[in-house]
Amino acid sequence: MEYEAIIGLEVHTQLLTETKIFCGCSTKFGAEPNSQTCPVCLGMPGVLPVLNKKVVEFAVLLGLATNCQIRRSNRFARKNYFYPDLPKGYQISQFEEPICENGYLEIETEQGKKRIGLIRIHMEEDAGKSVHDESYVEANETLIDLNRCGVPLLEIVSAPDIRSPQEAHAYLTQLRQLVRYLGISDGNMEEGSFRCDANISVRPVGQQKFGTRTELKNMNSFAHVQKALEYEIERQTELLKDGKSVEQQTLLWDADKNIAQPMRGKEESHDYRYFPEPDLVPVHIDVAWFDKIKQSLPELPQEKFERFLNQYQLPEYDVRLLTENREVADYFEKVAALFDDFKMISNWMLGEIARVLNEQKISINQLPLKPDKLADLLQAIRKKVVSTSAAKKVFDFLLSNDLSVEQAIEKLGLKQISDESEIEQFVERVIAQHPAEVESFKAGKTKVIGFLVGQVMKLSRGKANPQLVNQLLQKKLKA
Amino acid sequence: MQISDIQKAVRQQKASISRRVEEALKKIEQNSHLNAFTQVFADQARERAQQLEEQLSAGKNPGPLTGVIMAIKDNINIAGRRTTCASKILENFVSPFDATVIQRLREAGAIFIGKTNMDEFAMGSSSENSYFGSVKNPLNPDYVAGGSSGGSAVAVAIGACDAALGSETGGSIRQPASFTGLVGIKPTYGRVSRYGLVAYASSLDQIGVFARTVQDTAAILQIIAGHDEKDSTSAEVEVVDYATTINRDFKELKIGLPKQYFADGLDAEIREGILKITNELAKQGANVEEFDLPLTRYAIATYYIIATAEASSNLARYDGVRYGFRAPEVDDLQEMYASTRSKGFGKEVKRRILLGTYVLSAGYYDAYYKKAMQVRRLIKEELNNAFKKYDVIVTPTTPTTAFKLGEKISDPLTMYLMDIYTVTANLAGICAINLPAGKHSNGLPFGLQVMAPAFREERLFQLGATIERMQS
Repeated sequence: MEYEAIIGLEVHTQLLTETKIFCGCSTKFGAEPNSQTCPVCLGMPGVLPVLNKKVVEFAVLLGLATNCQIRRSNRFARKNYFYPDLPKGYQISQFEEPICENGYLEIETEQGKKRIGLIRIHMEEDAGKSVHDESYVEANETLIDLNRCGVPLLEIVSAPDIRSPQEAHAYLTQLRQLVRYLGISDGNMEEGSFRCDANISVRPVGQQKFGTRTELKNMNSFAHVQKALEYEIERQTELLKDGKSVEQQTLLWDADKNIAQPMRGKEESHDYRYFPEPDLVPVHIDVAWFDKIKQSLPELPQEKFERFLNQYQLPEYDVRLLTENREVADYFEKVAALFDDFKMISNWMLGEIARVLNEQKISINQLPLKPDKLADLLQAIRKKVVSTSAAKKVFDFLLSNDLSVEQAIEKLGLKQISDESEIEQFVERVIAQHPAEVESFKAGKTKVIGFLVGQVMKLSRGKANPQLVNQLLQKKLKA
Repeated sequence: MQISDIQKAVRQQKASISRRVEEALKKIEQNSHLNAFTQVFADQARERAQQLEEQLSAGKNPGPLTGVIMAIKDNINIAGRRTTCASKILENFVSPFDATVIQRLREAGAIFIGKTNMDEFAMGSSSENSYFGSVKNPLNPDYVAGGSSGGSAVAVAIGACDAALGSETGGSIRQPASFTGLVGIKPTYGRVSRYGLVAYASSLDQIGVFARTVQDTAAILQIIAGHDEKDSTSAEVEVVDYATTINRDFKELKIGLPKQYFADGLDAEIREGILKITNELAKQGANVEEFDLPLTRYAIATYYIIATAEASSNLARYDGVRYGFRAPEVDDLQEMYASTRSKGFGKEVKRRILLGTYVLSAGYYDAYYKKAMQVRRLIKEELNNAFKKYDVIVTPTTPTTAFKLGEKISDPLTMYLMDIYTVTANLAGICAINLPAGKHSNGLPFGLQVMAPAFREERLFQLGATIERMQS
């Protein structure tokens, strides 16, 4: 019998607001433990939450970008449970009336485009962190860092429309690209600003009813998600094949051992006792506010992809890479506004620039060479002021030197020689110095021209225009 | 001394603020057996009095409440002072910040003389559920002072302060005011910022005032009322000048008397006393009429479901992790939670947390909490409809006068019925006031309640001042 997997993903993405969702504390990552806290996020007696409107705006942006219905009147609810890093004993979240519902994301699969439904997107606060592993923690201690407590999150719940680990990967990639495009989250899974849990079940192909599902947690990278899903699909399939049943439970992925282990029973038997948060009034997004948010919606990845194809007439491969990241696309367009050989820009961006970003592990915004300088450099190549190979040297030089392209070429002495009389002198000297090769050429071994061109280039210290050199050599030798 | 007299004395530079603080401290000392205070700020109050006097003699005006001495219920935060909520679990908790009401009173020149005893976490109707022992009625120490703001009521009644702040969730100001013969107001939900009030039931809680006169009550509310950006549920509704509206003619008011509030269970003498006043008002030209409020009978049940549900969540933060009491000698996290909360909370608080946990549980939520919220909406509609016809509603505040200490403490249901006339105002979010209405033949006072629509506190003061004049 054939089996298929039914997968739904719950993604939590931390928002890039400057302050927390219900107080004025900073959300900056990596500060000294508990330094970014106040009575409100510490859950002191008597405090009240005040909603950060930016969070609503970010949620609406993501809702619009994922074709959701936006609930213009939505409300927060309390999710009650005890945990040391949850100082109020409840998390302020949304339950019955989330801000976004019934959307979808389109992913690419081997069978073509596929829609993955989004059940809901809701706003909530993050919890703090329990610290066990640091050297300063005693064996019998747990320390609590509440800097993260109250950092805004969006929870994005997909429908059980995902059928394979590959589709899960495509969905996550797409979603992460989207939150980055919108500028609402850095989508960094390793640092925990983009987290994913999975609900997964297996059923015989053709069966309508869903099988018993398990929940997978603690997957800290895209690779872990894929591995964990593969593991769990296989485990459930084997059970069913053996005529056994799957137990509904929560499993934690152990990335070291490559297995999923059941959580202890006590920790998962939660009744969260949700009820509407009485300390906050319902969120009303009036028409004016809604329109303002809508206007701030940037061009989305798919739209940008199609526009690039049309506007710049580049190969699909190039456009895919150029529009993968909004900043890269912006960089391209800034250069393209100054220089109209788009394929040449693309070649440089996917070649030299991609290499540098990779080597230095920086984003394109951190690249010292700004778009106008790249445009100048490409212009110089086109005007034959420098050769392409010399231009690469100029490019590298400009990464660590704040000079104009012209100054850099000057400083490196790489200005291309296109003056015929000057090149002629080099050519004559080379012909004089290599009579044997000249003879070979004349005897019909025309390939030797390459050697002679090389000699001229050497003599000109790489600055001679190679095409001119070739032309002049041919002329002289055939004369 | 009335607040207006203090203000006058301050203007004329005749006020001896320090002397008044000494007198207040003496009153506290003399009445320590009533157990009204959890903390007394003797040194700080003296120092503050001196500072205010210095400012005055330097020609500065520190504010409209300069020299007014106030007691604060011990569930309202004052920066640097303990906020105990009369609970073992917060016995040593020092608040790092001022409640918004405290900040406003401080800026207006008030002096805080101490924090007052109460039912633990404001849960109770007699101020017997206190970790620090029961509050006693100054008119007869064998009797309760009412609750949960019993300590604040007693503080005003014995002259330990000019006015006091209490908090209400279901009658916790009006009921003790009735039991001790004071004016006590529960403002409209959203009228006064809750920031810094330790939450019991967030959708019902509201800070209010005890004073000896209607005018004093209005003078304090004037300062603490109004929107606060730290409390999203505080309303952006203008606060009128109560001093100028208080003397409006009461005859323009249409007064409704809900039959259900004068039915079985009401002490006959109280009934008579209230009707005597309303008859007098009618005689003097007011339009008084009986009407029906049939949903009243569901108020107590509705109240106890909503209040306990919210309380079960609001009190989850007292877990021994970061502040407050933590049970010693525990082996693991679960035991730490269980032991801390078992030992740290009193019996009534635990009862309400369990009740509230139950009504929010999966499978019960719809039958209890959701249903209660629906009934609450109906009660609110019923009252709003009544207010289309009547400007104010007049009822007794409590069915009986103060009861004996220990009399009802082991019978929570009877105790809960003490709130029968007061909870409706909290459920509907409207404003209501207790006015002293006379003395029972048992020697204890009883009160008359006036209810008005949301944000119409001035009507309470307007009618209150009239009744006050009639009484004197």
